[in-house]
Parts: sequence; structure tokens; C-alpha cells
Amino acid sequence: MYQTTYHRASSVDEAVSLFAKGSESKFLAGGQTLLPVMKQRLAGPSDVIDLGRIKELQGVELSGDTLTIKAATTYYDIMTNADVKKAIPAIAYLTSVLGDPAVRYRGTIGGSIANNDPAADFPAALLALGATVKTNKRSIAADDFFQGLFTTALEDGEIITAVSFPVPAKAGYEKMRHPASRFALTGVFVAQTKSGEVRVAATGASQTGVMRVGAIEAALKANWSPSAIDSVSISANGLLADIHGTAEYRANLIKVMAQRAVAAAR
Amino acid sequence: MGVEGIGARVVRKEDKRFITGKGRFVDDIKLTGMTHAYFIRSPHAHAKVKKIDSSAALKMPGVVAVLTGQQLVDDKVGNLICGWAITSKDGSPMKMGAWPAMAPETVRFVGQAIAVVIADSKNLARDAAEAVVVDYEELPAVADMHAAIKPGAPQLHPEAPGNQVYDWVIGDEGAVNAAFSKAANVVKLDVTNNRLAPNAMEPRAAIADYDTAEEHFTLYTTSQNPHVARLVLSAFYNIAPEHKLRVIAPDVGGGFGSKIFIYPEEMVALWASKKVGRPVKWTGDRTEAFLTDAHGRDHITHAEMAFDANNKIIGLKVKTYANFGAYMSLFSSSVPTYLYATLLSGQYNIPAIHAEVIGVYTNTTPVDAYRGAGRPEASYLIERLMETAARQLNVDPAQLRRTNFITQFPHQTPVIMAYDTGDFNASLDAAMKAIDYAGFPARKAKAKADGKLRGIGVSCYIEACGIAPSKAVGSLGAGVGLWESAEVRVNPVGTIEILTGSHSHGQGHETTFCQLVAERLGVPISQVSIVHGDTDKVQFGMGTYGSRSAAVGLTAILKAMEKMESKAKKIAAHALEASEADIVIENGEFKVTGTDKAIALPMVALAAYTAHNLPDGMEPGLKESAFYDPTNFTFPAGAYICELEVDPGTGKTSFVNFVAADDFGRLINPMIVEGQVHGGLVQGIGQALLEHAIYDANGQPVTASFMDYAMPRADDVPSFNLSHTTTLCPGNPLGIKGCGEAGAIGASAAVINAITDAIGKNNLEMPATPDRVWRTIHAA
Repeated sequence: MYQTTYHRASSVDEAVSLFAKGSESKFLAGGQTLLPVMKQRLAGPSDVIDLGRIKELQGVELSGDTLTIKAATTYYDIMTNADVKKAIPAIAYLTSVLGDPAVRYRGTIGGSIANNDPAADFPAALLALGATVKTNKRSIAADDFFQGLFTTALEDGEIITAVSFPVPAKAGYEKMRHPASRFALTGVFVAQTKSGEVRVAATGASQTGVMRVGAIEAALKANWSPSAIDSVSISANGLLADIHGTAEYRANLIKVMAQRAVAAAR
Repeated sequence: MGVEGIGARVVRKEDKRFITGKGRFVDDIKLTGMTHAYFIRSPHAHAKVKKIDSSAALKMPGVVAVLTGQQLVDDKVGNLICGWAITSKDGSPMKMGAWPAMAPETVRFVGQAIAVVIADSKNLARDAAEAVVVDYEELPAVADMHAAIKPGAPQLHPEAPGNQVYDWVIGDEGAVNAAFSKAANVVKLDVTNNRLAPNAMEPRAAIADYDTAEEHFTLYTTSQNPHVARLVLSAFYNIAPEHKLRVIAPDVGGGFGSKIFIYPEEMVALWASKKVGRPVKWTGDRTEAFLTDAHGRDHITHAEMAFDANNKIIGLKVKTYANFGAYMSLFSSSVPTYLYATLLSGQYNIPAIHAEVIGVYTNTTPVDAYRGAGRPEASYLIERLMETAARQLNVDPAQLRRTNFITQFPHQTPVIMAYDTGDFNASLDAAMKAIDYAGFPARKAKAKADGKLRGIGVSCYIEACGIAPSKAVGSLGAGVGLWESAEVRVNPVGTIEILTGSHSHGQGHETTFCQLVAERLGVPISQVSIVHGDTDKVQFGMGTYGSRSAAVGLTAILKAMEKMESKAKKIAAHALEASEADIVIENGEFKVTGTDKAIALPMVALAAYTAHNLPDGMEPGLKESAFYDPTNFTFPAGAYICELEVDPGTGKTSFVNFVAADDFGRLINPMIVEGQVHGGLVQGIGQALLEHAIYDANGQPVTASFMDYAMPRADDVPSFNLSHTTTLCPGNPLGIKGCGEAGAIGASAAVINAITDAIGKNNLEMPATPDRVWRTIHAA
């Protein structure tokens, strides 16, 4: 690790001002990506501003048909939260299969979506549920937030404060785990809104990061059942290919995971 | 068997320190004035090192020195050696390309060291390493074996034209051809045995400490065989003479073969310690482990097996290409030859075998022994062939094996090995019963109704362990003898120290070796301690690998015990005024048989050391040593059967059951044996389903971290169902065969046989990743 200066912010405002003072600052949430990268000397921020202890960034609120998860809430706290389990059990499930216990105790929803790893689980949930990302400056729709591999709509120094999810009629998530990293080799989140709209998002599959899967959305809109996806054809064009999964295999997984997510949806 | 004697499930003595964080590993050791080494490694698979500019680095804070390969040459430090000479079929010796500990001129794999920074801390050394400017001239590289032997391929070593290390043969080619000419059926198979990274939990590390006054070196290192390290470092590398070099291998966190070898880093640390006049510590990180720990396996084989009309095997021919990487590691040459082709008879009566093995250099990390070392490759090949044959001949795979089992012992195979004993039918019976083999078709049908593809796979392995009779291996080209030594010291108050040349890096010797003493003397194991891993304490030793520590190391202890007991009985007889022949040892006492006269061990020991009243002419003291050289290999064998389901939608494999019926001869501690089998099975399953060290076409490693290299996790493997069928090894007095490698040798074929049974397609390479299985299911 290169030398760096660590700051523990006690409020969002303080974090913003600390960030501005550093020559090459980085926000630290759960540290599940940033710290390994720093240890490998692949990142060398001058200043690390820890958001993990900021009280206003912690917790879950259920208000009517909106579930709000504050940005620095850990996966473990999301997974075990009664409101999450009640309102959107698919999010509780997604969190329970995310990483391993050590990751779940430290990693946060805000850290995950700010990093926007193309194989991370949470971006698929946000996109499929039509969530809104709240920052210290504005609200950003999930459709606008994720902009490609490790790229988001966030501006330099902007801090995610919360994610709010409209409570769906039904939602489900299934993923094939990457055999080595245990990220999603491909994961699919399916959701049916209370107004009957269907949104489907796949992670780990596309070369451009998390994506909507229009063909499956159309099939499920017509008939919300696993068999509705049987006749859907998913192209391998533009999909990721690596030693653990060819593009054709990922195309297959999008279908199979979508079918299983529909079967599991509630 | 007493409560702590042979056969008792004694809880491991060493675990208290390991599970409470009190282990003492190399990296835990801190010496006064210690410096830290950071190696500068080639990012290229093949390149000329044109210039190394360390001027900026030398000005950085805390930097003590930047040392290069050229300085090693200038100081006449020897190149790394390969300790087993193999002769090609044309009579020529194997072609050894020079391997300097740091490359002065040419780098041949990504990760090869070219220079080292010595600094006051590891971080400062790493900072400075980034300031060293290296000018490389990239050369064309080749990572694929078949590409490497093609005309016009990039050449690694001028000593080895065509990148060929050797072209070695074994067996009677004429007899094999004659058998094939009269065969009723011939079964052909191509198999790849995937390259693996060993990944011991503790990365390699070394601390070298040069004493300028005594001109003496101490090396703390992660070694499975510290005496061999001292021997090689002093005999070949011109760094220190044996009596001026102490090698200590303290607690070592796993080896699996990868810590047998002498690596560049410990050589450089020793040499650098003298150059800078301070202790030098190097602790590898996980990336360095992936790049520089000797890899395992990496064979491509074509084999043909000939059967007569009664489904009896009449001949086997095998052609194997073995990838050695860029350099020949310490015992690498023996792995695809004498540790592989000599086991190609498997458990079967095969009258004629011929094998050709072509060793190949590529621009990849060197390959050497990894848990099983040659025997997993042989077992995998034979057991895949048997399964393929059963499918082709349309006979039950278990029955085909029974038809061909060797049932008479001793049995001389056509490939050197003489099996001493075994009962292959008994192991297979036990495994088939445990998994309810007969009930499988019904279970398969039920799974099919649930949309799952269920398969069953058999693997009947045999291995040669207890390595090895020195005369025999010497005649085959080994540079060392493979006996073991031991010493028994009974202290004046009756506690006992066992000094052994075996080295425990996870095997539990501190418990099992004490159990032998408890068995023989009837003393609690708390009264016994095991001393190992220090060349200044233990007289000599060949170390631990090849499942040899119980069969060879413990037998050496037994020999020393017998000598000690003989002297102790004389002292006891003298004290009790009885005949030596009437003395028996029970519950820590020397008794006159048939009487109530007895003297306790501590009193005998005290008598030996006070020497006030010893038999006339007897030397004081109670300490004996022994060397033991085995008369033959041992032959652990067994039957593994795996039942699993494949999800046709994803290609993912899920285990239903995995049974292992092993014959290890006598078990010292069944709990520890089970642990060894569990670990071995997981590594075998890891090879079958998950693990693969991959390079791209330019020799860049693709799998140099756990994010890409899939190590098995607990939820990837089933709960194992183990049993033992026992035939005692006649070759050593304890009847031990060895258990350290069996799981890794037998498991992978069982898994692949089961998956191919499930999906109804025979050709499937390891690792059988979900993607690969799915594509195989859906291939036209």
C-alpha cells in the first residue's frame, strides 16, 4: 500500500469538505474493492475519507410503498432487516448470496453501486426495481445512474446518501456464481411493479455492465411465468467472455437465471 | 492399542498453538537489524534484460542495496539444479537450460526475478523497486506445449533444440505392438491433465542471517525438507559449506510438494545477507506464489488400450507431453517419468505397456511435484480409459475393472513396479456397498424426472509411496538417497525427545510419532516431544513428501526405539538382577515377566545418566539413532465412487455422495488419516471441477489471483463417506503404506467419470466448469 492519509468523516458535509482538500481523494465505504486495490498498489489516493461511520448514512426505512436503504448500510444489516424482508424479500435474498460473511459484514449498498462492477449484484436490483439513487446533490434514476463498466452518473466528490426502491408486486433474483470470485458470473433480477410493468436486469453478462433485458421483459409482460421465457432468444453479441464463461454460455444463463428468478419471485 | 497408542484417534497436540495463533512461521520471526527483500520480476514471458538502472532507487530512504543477476554471476553463485537425471531414448542426457537465481541476461517466464531491493522495511523496498528502471527487449514467447514443439517456435534455451527436454520411453514396444495386432477391441482416448497452482495457505518465505565473525549462515525457510535444502545450497550453489549453514524450517503452513524445491528467493536471501551484512527477510505474497511456486500436472496424453474378446486388457500404449515450464525445477524431471509411467498398470493385470514421455520447455512457471506428483496423472488416465472402455464395450464399469484386477501378489508390472500386496476387490466391494451401486439406476431415473442428469463414476487408484529404496531410485537417476533418519533421546528424568528427519507442515507428526512411543513404552504422549525442521538439531533427513513420513520416517524412529529399548532393558535387568530376556515393557515400566519386580522408565533413564551402577562396559546415556532405507515402495490403493447431478440448464455439478474406500495398511491415527483423505479429495475435486492455471498465447498468466483461479471452497465439495480395507504392507515392520496423496490421486477420475456418465458424452476435459459441461451437453 502507498502512503495515504485516512480521515473518518462524521457527517456528509464534513466528508465533502475533506474530499475537496485532498489532491487525489477517495471515499471509503465498506472497503471491499478499494482496500484490496490499494494493497496491490493499483490505487494510491492521497486521502481516504471514510463514510462508514456517518450516522445519517445508516439504516433502512419503509414508508408506504417506498423502501429506502441508506448508502452505508452493510449487506448484513440489509439481509437481516425486517422491513427489507417484508417489503422486497428479493433484496434480502440477493444480499444473502452476495460475497461471503466477511464481505457482507463490511460491504455496503452505496459502495457497491458507486463502484458499479459489471458483475456486482446490487446494480441489477436497482435497475430492475426502477430505484432512485439519492446523493448529497440530487436524485438520479437507476436507468441514468449506471453508465458502463465502473462508470456512474456520480460527479467528482458527490456522495450517495440512500437508494429508494418502489415496493414491487413481485421480484426475484437468481445468479450463477463465478467459480473463483463468487461475483455473479451472470445474475438476473426480475420485477413486476404494482402497476403491472415488468423490468428485468442482468449483471455479469454484458461488456457494458448491468443491462435491461428487453426481450425477457416483453415475454414476461405478456405472461409472467418461467415458461414464457422458453422461446426468448438472447444474443451472445456484446456479452462478456472469459475463462469461466463464454458469451454463449452467459446468453444461456440470462435466460435460465431469469426463469429461475421468476419462479422464485414473490 | 492404548488410549494414545497406534490406532487411537488422538487429538492433535500441535493444534493448540495453531488454533490459538501461537504457531511460529517464518514470517513471525524478527531478527535484530533485519532488512527486507523485494524482488523485481519480469512482466514479460520472454525478454532480454538490456539494462537495469537502480541509481534512483539507491537514493531512496531506507534502501540498503539493489542486487542483480549479474552480481550473482560475478560471485560465482551456482545455477539452480535438477536433481534427477533422465536419459532420452536415443541415450542422450536431458537438456538442461541454465537457471540463474536472478536472470542476468534473459527472462523466460512472467515473474522470474531479475533483481532484488534490500531495504529497512518491505514497503520501502517495494517503493524503491518501482524506481528501478529495467530496459527489456521483448522476445517471442510460447506458452502452449504443442506450439512449443512445432518447427519455427520461439526457442527458450540454446541447450534444448526444439524446446525438448527429453524423449523418454519405458516398456516393451514390440510386445505392445504384438498385443494390439491381435486385439479384439481397441479403446483410444486423449486427455489433458490441467496445470494447477499449489496454493499452500502460507506463502513461501525466507530469512537469511549471516554471522560475519563465524562466517556462518542461518536460513529460516518454508521447507518440507530442510536438510535437503542445506545439501543443495551448499553442494551446488557455492553460497555456504554445510557446516556453516543451518537451515530451520519452523511451522510451515502447507506444502503439497511446492515447498520441496530450492527456489531462487532463499538462495538470494542467503547471498544478500552476506553482501549487506544484515539479516534479510523475504515473504512472498499470493501473487508471487501464483507466479513462482512450482506448478503441478500439465500433461497432454494420447493412450490406446487393447482388449481381448473376454474384455481382458492385453496391451497399453501411451504418449504424453509434459510441460516443464521455463526451467527444470529440482525434482521435475522424475514426475512425468518414474513417478508417472511406472504406475500406468493401475490396479490391472496388463501384460504389455509402452509409454513415451516428451518433456517440453515453455515460457511459463516451472512445473514440479504437486500432491501425488505423476501418480494422479497416471491414475486419471487409466481410470478414464477404463470408463471409456466400459462404455465402448458395453459392460458395467465396475465389472470391467474386476475382470482385470490383479489378485495375486507380489505382482511384477511391465513398468518397473512390483506390487507387494493389496485387495482391490475388497476396496471396490466396500465402495459399491457404501454408495448402493445397485440402487443407482433407480436414483438416476428419479433424478431425470426432476430434470437433473445424474451420474456415477468409479475410480480405482494405486500409487507408489514410501519413497523410496535408495538403491532403486539411484539406478533410475535420482541424485539423492531416499532413506530417513531418527534419534530417540530419553532424558535423565524419563521424558523422551524424538528427533526426526521428516518435516511436518500440516501432517500431524507431533501427534502420530508420539503415538508410536506411547504404544511401545506405555507412556502418555505428553511425556514425548518431537523435534524436527532444524539441521542443527536433527542429524539428517530427507524430509516429507510422497506420503513417506509414516512408512519411512516412522520406521526409522521404530528402529531407533528398538536400539534404545534394548539398552534400557539391559540397564533394567542389571538393576533388577534379572535376565535381559525376561524384561518386558508395560505402562512405562520395565518388568521381570511373571513377577512383581519392576523399575520405572525414569529410574532406568536416571541410572543411564548417573552411570553409578551400569552393566560392565556399558556407555552412559540413553540415546540411539537409526537410518532406515525401505526395501520397496509401498502401494496404497483404493476405490472411489462419486454420485452427482448435473443441472442441464447451467452445467453446474452438485455432489450427491462421494465414497472412498482406501487401503493404507496400518493406520496410526484414523482421525488424522481421515483429514488427509478429506484434503486430498478436495484437491482432486478441485482439479476436476475448478482449478486451472492458464496462460494466454503470449505467456501472460491469466489466473494469478483467487479472483480468477478457482480454489475449492467448503460448499463446493460434499461430506465424504470414508472407509478402510486393510492389507498390511509387508515391506516395513509397522505395515504402513501412506495416506497423504491418495485423495488427490483418485478423486478427479471419479468425478469426470460421473459427469460424463450423467451427460452421456464421454469426452470432457478438466476442469469441468459449468460452462464447459453446458457446452458439452449441447454440442452437436
